[in-house]
Amino acid sequence: MAAINRDDVAHLARLAHIEMSAQELDRMAGELAVIVDSVKSVSEAAGDDVPATSHPIPLNNVFREDVVGHTFTAEQALSGAPDSDENRFKVPAILDEA
Amino acid sequence: MNTDAILSFEEAMEKYDPVLGFEVHVELNTKTKMFSSAPNVFGDEPNTNVNEVDLGMPGVLPVVNKAAIESSIKIGLALNCKIAESCRFARKNYFYPDTPKNFQTSQYDEPIAYDGYLDIELSDGTVFRVEIERAHMEEDAGKLTHMGGATGRIQGADFSLVDYNRAGVPLVEIVTKPIEGAGSRAPELAKAYVAAVREIVKNLGVSDAKMERGNVRCDANVSLRPHGRERFGIRSETKNVNSLRAVEHAVRYEIQRHAAVLDAGEPVIQETRHWHEDTRTTTSGRAKSDADDYRYFPEPDLVPVVPSRQWIEELRATLPEPPAARRKRLQADWGYSDLEFRDVVNAGVMDEIEETIAAGASASVARKWWMGEIVGRAKNADVDPGQLGVQPATIVELSRMVEEGKINNKMASEVLDGVLAGEGTPAEIVEKRGLAVVSDDGPLLEAIDAALAAQPDVAEKIRGGKVQAIGAIVGGVMKATRGQADAGRVKELILEKLGVTV
Repeated sequence: MAAINRDDVAHLARLAHIEMSAQELDRMAGELAVIVDSVKSVSEAAGDDVPATSHPIPLNNVFREDVVGHTFTAEQALSGAPDSDENRFKVPAILDEA
Repeated sequence: MNTDAILSFEEAMEKYDPVLGFEVHVELNTKTKMFSSAPNVFGDEPNTNVNEVDLGMPGVLPVVNKAAIESSIKIGLALNCKIAESCRFARKNYFYPDTPKNFQTSQYDEPIAYDGYLDIELSDGTVFRVEIERAHMEEDAGKLTHMGGATGRIQGADFSLVDYNRAGVPLVEIVTKPIEGAGSRAPELAKAYVAAVREIVKNLGVSDAKMERGNVRCDANVSLRPHGRERFGIRSETKNVNSLRAVEHAVRYEIQRHAAVLDAGEPVIQETRHWHEDTRTTTSGRAKSDADDYRYFPEPDLVPVVPSRQWIEELRATLPEPPAARRKRLQADWGYSDLEFRDVVNAGVMDEIEETIAAGASASVARKWWMGEIVGRAKNADVDPGQLGVQPATIVELSRMVEEGKINNKMASEVLDGVLAGEGTPAEIVEKRGLAVVSDDGPLLEAIDAALAAQPDVAEKIRGGKVQAIGAIVGGVMKATRGQADAGRVKELILEKLGVTV
């Protein structure tokens, strides 16, 4: 894996909507590189006979029956919102990033 | 404001070969959401069908809806897909207020269904195979309403209001492989493909399949390449094209626009386009860029889905007859010609005719009523024929009255108007309006004498053997009896009177 450089960190910061100063970018590039290297050492320990996994617990097919449960009232749903209007969350207009 | 140049469709086709691709989102009609037990209901008061999972509150744990998995597998099977031995969910990360978690739970590298196909029948009967790349499960996002500004569109809006009732509604996204070789039929194929997917999910009963409600939504990818070149051109993706007609128009428009760009020697920009129904054009959305770096990673809160082969076979056994096979069977049963049957399908009254025949009407009577009477009324009212609410039993009763000679076709049509206006049953309306065929020959003979006397030249023609002139006399009699006479009987009596045999 290529090392994490300053541009990578700046790119990630932009994607994550985190504002970072020049010093922070420098420091984080160094720290992230160490973290990635550390994680890489795991793949040295695991041999070819160990399949990659995203879920360490040997569990699958955990389902819920299609039965309606509890809901919030609009008032409850909005109780933590910074701003609301007409029973809806009020947010600044943002150009579509979806 | 749209200033894009376009080429005529014909010229675009002479120079270029279109390649299509579709992403169709299907909202499932489960009782609850994909990962929460909040109800999946359209049209309720804002933010009342939500709980902590839908609002992405800290520390909550999503749990997969079993019925949504079953619906997804059924869709996969109906699209002739393979069903994954094991698949998992993934987080698609992005910041936008329609997703309170800042990620959409979706599938990425392991979709539940993959490698399928759908045979699409075009209007002239040509069959075109569309390959399906994958069908994966995900959740819908909340609904934003842009406020302020003049247009209600995002441009110029001051703020947005968010309703999370739709957040977490189960979706299946169906992705095609690149579709090559459609040529000038690309727009028609686009419409037919989306129509076929809609019909399948409706037939399976897994979605309400109403495009006007967004139950089925289409993103259409279009690119062009010069004839004979293998490499694809750069594509555009037109988002949220939400009616069958719009799918056809959007593909056609994008082909024309791309052709003009290429003709000018410029590169097509890979971007999202927005469809505008009012002008039937697209405008530029955003360019594909860093913003598309969704940093997918496996969803740690959900364990893999491993559908057993036995479960899949159980689900396969519940699948209804595929739409194409059903159409073939019905046409054979009803004895309609290819053209007649295609007209019925295109008018959207196949189900209605099937019900009417089941209620006791003959196939030809059912077709005559739906195609001859009801489709036209629906068009005038700007609704689907099925929405007029004509009951099969009403048609059976009307046609029986005509066959028994109680009323004629013209009156039956009038009675149908009465039924649609809510005046009662056909029998009640016939009674109330005093509609009945005059079958006593006495008054008819009087009217015939009068009509013959009024048009002696016509009478002479008929005597001379020009029987087709009889229409003018029959018309006079029908007018005199205010349409209540049996036209067939009138004809007989006139010929008798004039001593003509045919």
